[in-house]
Amino acid sequence: MKIAVLVKQVPDTETKIVINANKNGIDESNIKYIVSPYDEYAIEEAIKIGGETTVISMGPDRCIESIRTALAMGIQKAIHIDTQGKSYDSYQTAAALAKVIKDGGFDLVLTGKQGIDYDNGQVTQMAAELSGASQVMVIDKLTINGDKAKVERRIAGGSKEVYESGFPLFLGCEKGLNTPRYASLPGIMKAKSKPIEKKSADELLGGATALVEFTNFELPPERAAGKRIEGEPPQQAAQLVKLLREEAKVI
Amino acid sequence: MTQLKMGGAFLLEPVEETKIFIREDLNDEQIAFGKACSDFFEKEVLPKKDAIEKHENNVSVDLMKKAGELGFLMVEVPEAYGGLGMDKRTATVVTENAIESVSFGVTVMCHTGIATLPILYFGTEEQKQKYLPKLASGEFIGAYALTEAGAGSDALGCKTKAVLSEDKKHYILNGSKMFITNGAWADLLTVFAKVDGEKFTAFLVEKTFPGVSHSVEEKKMGIKGSSTTVINLDDCKVPVENVLGEIGKGHKIAFNVLNIGRWKLGAASVGGCKKILKHMVPYTKERCQFGKSISEFGLIRKKIADCAINAYVTESIMYRIAGLYDDAAASIDKSDPHYDRKCIEAIENYAIEASIAKVFGSEALWRCADEGVQALGGYGFSSEYPLESIQRDCRINRIFEGTNEINRLIIPGTLLKRAMKGEIDLMGEIPKILGELKKGFTVQSTGDFSSGAFRDRVNLAKKLAVYACGVAVQKYMADIKDQQYVMEKMANLAIDTFAMDSAMKRTMQILQKENTQTEIVPVTKNNIPVCITQVFVYEAYERMLMLAKDLLAEVADGNAEEFAKYNKALKRFDVFDPINSTRQREVIANHMILRDGYSLN
Ligand SMILES: Cc1cc2nc3c(=O)[nH]c(=O)nc-3n(C[C@H](O)[C@H](O)[C@H](O)COP(=O)(O)OP(=O)(O)OC[C@H]3O[C@@H](n4cnc5c(N)ncnc54)[C@H](O)[C@@H]3O)c2cc1C
Repeated sequence: MKIAVLVKQVPDTETKIVINANKNGIDESNIKYIVSPYDEYAIEEAIKIGGETTVISMGPDRCIESIRTALAMGIQKAIHIDTQGKSYDSYQTAAALAKVIKDGGFDLVLTGKQGIDYDNGQVTQMAAELSGASQVMVIDKLTINGDKAKVERRIAGGSKEVYESGFPLFLGCEKGLNTPRYASLPGIMKAKSKPIEKKSADELLGGATALVEFTNFELPPERAAGKRIEGEPPQQAAQLVKLLREEAKVI
Repeated sequence: MTQLKMGGAFLLEPVEETKIFIREDLNDEQIAFGKACSDFFEKEVLPKKDAIEKHENNVSVDLMKKAGELGFLMVEVPEAYGGLGMDKRTATVVTENAIESVSFGVTVMCHTGIATLPILYFGTEEQKQKYLPKLASGEFIGAYALTEAGAGSDALGCKTKAVLSEDKKHYILNGSKMFITNGAWADLLTVFAKVDGEKFTAFLVEKTFPGVSHSVEEKKMGIKGSSTTVINLDDCKVPVENVLGEIGKGHKIAFNVLNIGRWKLGAASVGGCKKILKHMVPYTKERCQFGKSISEFGLIRKKIADCAINAYVTESIMYRIAGLYDDAAASIDKSDPHYDRKCIEAIENYAIEASIAKVFGSEALWRCADEGVQALGGYGFSSEYPLESIQRDCRINRIFEGTNEINRLIIPGTLLKRAMKGEIDLMGEIPKILGELKKGFTVQSTGDFSSGAFRDRVNLAKKLAVYACGVAVQKYMADIKDQQYVMEKMANLAIDTFAMDSAMKRTMQILQKENTQTEIVPVTKNNIPVCITQVFVYEAYERMLMLAKDLLAEVADGNAEEFAKYNKALKRFDVFDPINSTRQREVIANHMILRDGYSLN
């Protein structure tokens, strides 16, 4: 089976986001980048299934670091879709990825359920659609039996949905699917000699144009300071009701 | 091949003459190794910290197996024995990231350092084949058993005895070893004993050999989660093929391995200093008193700046030494059948630097921990917050791997031995300095970093150290080794000189790296390495002037006429204008506060 894992490099979850001067993006200096955490479940699942595994990442040169992480964990080879300083929206990203995936003849494409930077959660579905494959999102169980995959996803109310699908198939992975392994030191050394094929994003787009444009970035307003209600419980309760009615206007 | 520098030569060479290895020169793979190690410690070790401290459920042993699977125990072991064969630069970055549990960090460091390296450097081919792969994979946990109840600093005074059995197939060991790290968990111990009560020798002792046992865990001030026990040897039968190195040459193993252990401990201190900033800075930002974040108060900002300075200088020293060790190894022909042993002998050349690393690193970390606790106030003293255990845990660093007193004595002691043998030309330097003292030194006495005034301070510090030590040696001659007050001052002069030299070299190299094209290095005002180096060099130089004065007053011992002569010389050294170091400290503190911890860019 030929498996592709789509990996996105995102700012570390602990990053304090600063908006850039043009307000059309974030200030990228001093940011520590990581593999988007949900993508780690996809990487782990691919390694567990085995076969021929390829990590594909679209982004600037720095995302090679994330590619190496996937290779160090045990993925066999890599394709870097170089954005050469340009930015693309989810649709264009999906178009470029779909092209590479179709050309590569992959049977199974594993991704995180969403990238934790913009949290759009669109690329997997769009890329599946563009490459004519089935897709199931937010899965936390996968079993492969010959030419069929059985997947499970949890839905509201604690029940789950079970799907069966043939290939090619795109799956968006959720926490709980597995426990991602660490890159071992020998793994890091081996990753150095694994091939990374480079492709140009522009050439893969096939004329797809952006559907979304970022016009303005704003940080959420700072949370106002809390209010402390003093006194004995009966007075406190009365004061709370008053505040909820008059200030918060929720009752 | 690089021309090897003689250990201690830093006292004689102008700072601009040679380059050193700096942390900024680590390659991507080395950085990835460091990150893998910090990930493991943060995600796997840290959540189990309490269990480690309480010795619950064998948790440290299980974590050692996991660390082994991920390759953290095989970094320095050659590929031929199941390791990765990486250099000391790589080992430094791994070690400085193995810090989230100090107890478990000590368990690992003991295993990969003093426990594994004796076999690597002194083992026979058979011994290496038999034991190194097991140690590298974590299948075996290692320990190093030198200390005894009656023989601590004076390790060669050990009483454990080894006697050859009648059939000449075994040595029978009797005695007991004290304070052995990994004592309760070790599968393999390097045990030092005296053959026939005389010939100091190392033995490879497996836990399963008859007659080996360990006592209960020592109750300790810190690193409570590490194992420290007595190891008892009661008619312990060790096969003769498990003698490590030569009979009667155990001291070579004991001391050479400590040279590596000392640098490793220094590397761990680097991580410790940074960890303290990581906890201390966010806390001081959040904590409000008098209606302000306490990170706005000068006295708290000073603590933050001082921790960053300690971290930077320690880091500069440890990576420099890793580079020296690697260069020493690179000077030996890889195909030489005694390659490993020759490596360790080449590393012995840097015994002075190793002792400096140990003393400076352990004391820098202690200062940081102390200021860290203070910055958190009562919460620093509370076990609910991390600083409390950090300070208790790092106290041991000044004690093991040779106490700081013993290491301070080693520094001038080794220097003098080298000087006597003519290996470094300290004696030749003294008349030159005396000549210069007559007319005064030509230096840039005022100005900022780009003026050269700080580089000149480093170069003059070397002369000051050599001059003051030279006077002391001439006075006491061979008796000097019994003058411990004098020896300590000499050591401190050498330590500060090496620290200044390392920080200055690194900063100059960073600037050159940033401006590879330009000849003249423009110094941007708020360059953090520059600010740190200015404060450290300025203060270390002032400290050294004080120290030299003290030393020379001790030498003159009340003879006013004699002291007047020395004092005239000291005045020649006291040529630099003071700087307002608060300005630099403010820049440093601000930078660290903005970044929530230690960061140089
Ligand atoms: C937690 C822990 C782990 C350890 N792990 C190991 C291990 O794995 N393997 C091992 O072999 N050992 C280990 N040790 C032992 C450690 O190396 C010794 O404790 C240390 O070398 C000091 O020896 P001592 O305790 O006997 O102190 P002493 O030698 O009695 O020293 C007491 C004081 O006297 C000073 N002193 C001694 N001699 C001189 C001198 N000539 N001049 C001036 N001052 C002097 C010392 O600096 C110290 O301040 C460990 C110790 C501890 C506490």
